[in-house]
Amino acid sequence: MTKVSMTVNGEAAEGEAEGRTLLVEFLREELGLTGTHVGCDTSQCGACVVHVDGKAVKACTIFALEAEGAEVRTIEGMANPDGSLTVVQQAFQDHHGLQCGFCTPGMVMSAAALLEENPRPSEAEIRDYLEGNICRCTGYHNIVKAVLAASGQDADRIAAE
Amino acid sequence: MPKDHGIGAASKRREDVRFLTGTGNYTDDINLPRQLYVHFLRSDIAHGEIRHIDTSDAEGMPGVKRVFTGKDFEGVGGLPCGWQVTDKHGQPMQEPAHPVIAQGKVRHVGEILAAVVADSRERARDAAEAIEFDIAELPAVVDMKAALADDAPKVHDDLDGNLCYDWGFVEENRAKVDAAIREAAHVTTLELVNNRLVANPMEPRVAVGDYSRADDQSTLYTTSQNPHVIRLLMGAFVLGIPEHKLRVVAPDVGGGFGSKIFHYAEEAFCTFAARQLGRPVKWTSTRSEAFMSDAHGRDHVTKIELALDAENNFTAIRTETHANMGAYLSTFAPSVPTWLHGTLMAGNYRTPNIYVNVKAVFTNTVPVDAYRGAGRPEATFQLERVIDKAARELGVDPIALRRQNFVTEFPYATPVAVEYDTGDYNATMDKLEEIADIEGFEARRRESEAKGKLRGLGVNAYIEACGIAPSNLVGQLGARAGLYDAATVRVNATGSISVMVGAHSHGQGHETSFPQVISEMLGIGEDQVEIVHGDTSKIPFGMGTYGSRSLAVCGSAMVRATEKVVAKAKKIAAHLLEAAEADIELRDGKFTVAGTDKEVAWGDVTLAAYVPHNYPLEDIEPGLEETAFYDPANFTYPAGAYACEVEVDPETGKVTIERFAAADDFGNVINPMIVDGQVHGGIAQGIGQALLENCAYDETGQLVSASYMDYAMPRADDVPFYAVDHSCQTPCTHNPLGVKGCGEAGAIGSPPTIVNAVIDALHSGGHKVGHIDMPLTPARVWAAMQD
Amino acid sequence: MYAFEFEKPTSLSEAVTALQTEEALPLGGGQTLIPSLKQRLAAPSKLVSLRGVDEIRGICRDDAGRICIGGGTTHAEVAAGVPEYPALAALAANIGDPAVRNRGTIGGSLANNDPSACYPAAALASGATIVTNTREIAADDYFEGMFMTALEEGEIITEVRFPVPEVAHYEKFEQPASRFALVGVFVAKFADGVRVAVTGASEEGVFRWSEAEAALASNFSPDAVQGLSVPAEGMIGDLHGSPEYRAHLVGVMTRRAVAAAR
Repeated sequence: MTKVSMTVNGEAAEGEAEGRTLLVEFLREELGLTGTHVGCDTSQCGACVVHVDGKAVKACTIFALEAEGAEVRTIEGMANPDGSLTVVQQAFQDHHGLQCGFCTPGMVMSAAALLEENPRPSEAEIRDYLEGNICRCTGYHNIVKAVLAASGQDADRIAAE
Repeated sequence: MPKDHGIGAASKRREDVRFLTGTGNYTDDINLPRQLYVHFLRSDIAHGEIRHIDTSDAEGMPGVKRVFTGKDFEGVGGLPCGWQVTDKHGQPMQEPAHPVIAQGKVRHVGEILAAVVADSRERARDAAEAIEFDIAELPAVVDMKAALADDAPKVHDDLDGNLCYDWGFVEENRAKVDAAIREAAHVTTLELVNNRLVANPMEPRVAVGDYSRADDQSTLYTTSQNPHVIRLLMGAFVLGIPEHKLRVVAPDVGGGFGSKIFHYAEEAFCTFAARQLGRPVKWTSTRSEAFMSDAHGRDHVTKIELALDAENNFTAIRTETHANMGAYLSTFAPSVPTWLHGTLMAGNYRTPNIYVNVKAVFTNTVPVDAYRGAGRPEATFQLERVIDKAARELGVDPIALRRQNFVTEFPYATPVAVEYDTGDYNATMDKLEEIADIEGFEARRRESEAKGKLRGLGVNAYIEACGIAPSNLVGQLGARAGLYDAATVRVNATGSISVMVGAHSHGQGHETSFPQVISEMLGIGEDQVEIVHGDTSKIPFGMGTYGSRSLAVCGSAMVRATEKVVAKAKKIAAHLLEAAEADIELRDGKFTVAGTDKEVAWGDVTLAAYVPHNYPLEDIEPGLEETAFYDPANFTYPAGAYACEVEVDPETGKVTIERFAAADDFGNVINPMIVDGQVHGGIAQGIGQALLENCAYDETGQLVSASYMDYAMPRADDVPFYAVDHSCQTPCTHNPLGVKGCGEAGAIGSPPTIVNAVIDALHSGGHKVGHIDMPLTPARVWAAMQD
Repeated sequence: MYAFEFEKPTSLSEAVTALQTEEALPLGGGQTLIPSLKQRLAAPSKLVSLRGVDEIRGICRDDAGRICIGGGTTHAEVAAGVPEYPALAALAANIGDPAVRNRGTIGGSLANNDPSACYPAAALASGATIVTNTREIAADDYFEGMFMTALEEGEIITEVRFPVPEVAHYEKFEQPASRFALVGVFVAKFADGVRVAVTGASEEGVFRWSEAEAALASNFSPDAVQGLSVPAEGMIGDLHGSPEYRAHLVGVMTRRAVAAAR
């Protein structure tokens, strides 16, 4: 076991990890932040997406020790300081962009990363960017709408075209 | 103006807040003090005789508490099958034992050989590698028809061959059907495969067993769509624990699509091992394990014949299906190709003569059971494909051919034992033609052709049967359980309400939609109502959520319980208002006396029920809580019409879905936003089945598509926006809400639509292709174009 | 995963030393290695993360006008960092998904040499030079078959040098599940000839299609390769496509790459 420390959602976090401990295991089991999920073991489903130093990464495909000293943001750190939902989160609720909720944390983290890079993505750009986040419930319709809406676009009109 | 609350309002989902902030509580989020972890050593060969297992090295490994093998379960019951099908000769199906851990033989890749319990997941897995075993490999049977050959290897030595049952439905129809086909003006024949799928809810299965010696209580936390069913099956048939000593909790469940209905070995193991070891035992499935241990879906091979008279009226349908059961009978497996499939073979059409034959077959593969739609997609697929082929052969418009044969008068008794209570199939087809802009298709086809692409239009209709019932009927059909549901409406002193329901949402939004119903009935705010589900210790009973049954069955129970609450509350209000009970009306959260301005608020009545100072104690008890069990009189019959436009790249065979439209009749709709979402998700799963997903085995029984590297899940860029509509509403005639169910429709209606569209596209390019088996991968479509 | 030691050196020399331990493996972005470790397909004694080795990250140009990409540079960084070589930028921008591109590295991809990976096609078609801590290897000498390369144990890819062609394009037909290349063709036209590299198709891994190169050298247009085909023999056959299908796609993707080259 090695001591590892990082900043998680703006707060210093410290714990123990083996070499083989994944960041997602560290977050879930050592820090008790169970919002980040694991949906596969081949780095494809994206339920585990978090931000490390501002970039979306799959927390199941990075070791905890690789995140030593990093700024990590998880779904638990996404809401506004007063606890209210941010624009992206609110858009997911408004447009019914989630059903069972299991892929949702990763989906929200990827959507937030997309909007950071591209504040007004087209439908095609959204679908392309979310290639690494699998949702089995929504058929993606309302997820894409939510991201369009979160970027200030008329999601209903675009979806109906 | 759309409503902003109650029935018909697009109320935003309250459960979303926790899911969007990472504060949901899924089973894997549960960790108990002193918890141990189990790793299952699974067979990597499909069929073999276990000669020897030596766990001694493994037991000495660091952190290992105990290693279990089949021997430890010799005195323990096997996993039960919940449905017994009777074959066409009146004999019961062959039903093999289904051990928790393999005994004597392994029968599919992924079957549990041994279980290592240790203080960490990785240590348990380390130790599993130290287990020595000797398995003599036997030839595997994978192909169903080969499995029925006289000299085929037997999956179960103690059974008579690999045939589970040979079912004929309706056997009395057979001669008439044969005659009608002989005499037909035209017969269209189609042989097709309904591809094996893996349900793949994004949350893999998890089980945590716990045991308290102090009060001899076992608790299982599990990813289940129906915790009471698990308690019943596991308690009564596997472990012998009475209900009052066994609690089953399914907290937030991350999707199921059928795969989390069934009682699995891992659940029984964790409960059993926790008792043995006196410590909690946890198992979290990896996705790789899920592929070889979650029940699979579909896997039918069918020959269908459709007979028509000279005026193109359907006169008979005859089908012969081989249905793969896998190596064991999963919980409801036998019912899927029979009662959930044969009964739907009439589709939306007046076909006087129908005969369905199903041979269920054991093979050395993972057990197959219900997956979104369960039997109904298989029925719809073959019927809507053969109708499309018939239209092409006869040179008639596929929509017109369907309309000509639609059932138009209700109730309609089909020749396959069910009675459609209501519907309007022309109305949904009209709506479809409008929202799909069928008229504009030819122009769009020309645009595609200008880009070098082939464009096709596929259309179909579907009907399904939801809320399978009534119990006395399903009992006659072989169900070993009732199919009612239950709800308790507990009104608190201040007027807020907790509703304990037997349905269990795993994405359907019950926490939002169920309160809409109560809000409408009582005239109180939706936020005054809370739904409690997923815990056998809190809920009277319940059969869970599957088969699009939750609102139609459990929602009806909730309505009945609420009606009882209202009846009692009116008595209290009458007392408080010093009026006759018959004159009391409940409106907008107030009780009034008809024709007067006297009123008492809901909250004052509920308070009186719990602080009965001024209360008719001589007539009624204090308190305000009612329970109802509801057993439906019939299935419900959602129906609709779907259209799809595809482009095919003639050089690569790649299919892209350009447009998709769905017009559904779900009867009354409680929350249209949620209903839309259910249809979207079902369509995407149908697209997955039609174009992408294929659970494939090689001839030795190895699972070839064992991860997302080879099993293609629909992703955001595989699908378009969908046009969905459910404004055609013929309310169900026999449940109090007039609802039919919407969860499976999308997955039932979409696969034939897509295949019809691809075939149409290929014909437009001069490729006279009769059929391509799903999934229509680029390689398959390209190969079809080469013939 | 089997247990292993983890080391994160901050210089190349430390990394080289760390990799001298028996059964030590370098860890680039880990996007392929970590999933295979989860399946217990590898049992390293030690993983040496190259993430902290700044000297092998980043993009620059050498005097010959080549683009020099540090072995530890991520796909996302390449996608954004080589505007003068749009075919290479586009290839990098379409590997995996955004989260994978934020971790996965060019050095890791080339060292692994997955037969369906994209970068091998770019390196081979560009006539790139793979630079390691000990030597320079021409792309033509580097790829030795599926998952096989000229790298010695413990050798680290420090840089990949890409000559910039006049025009180029990478056309990828994705395997529907993994989204790796079912067939990917990289076409690069230089002043002195055309190079065509094919990934995803062959049981031998990435290869140059010399017939197409010859035809395109005299006439760089889709018509020049219209009648050409590769034999199905030796092509990969699996759930997603037969050898015949892959051979067919090689032709289609080549024509499309030529048509789209810029």
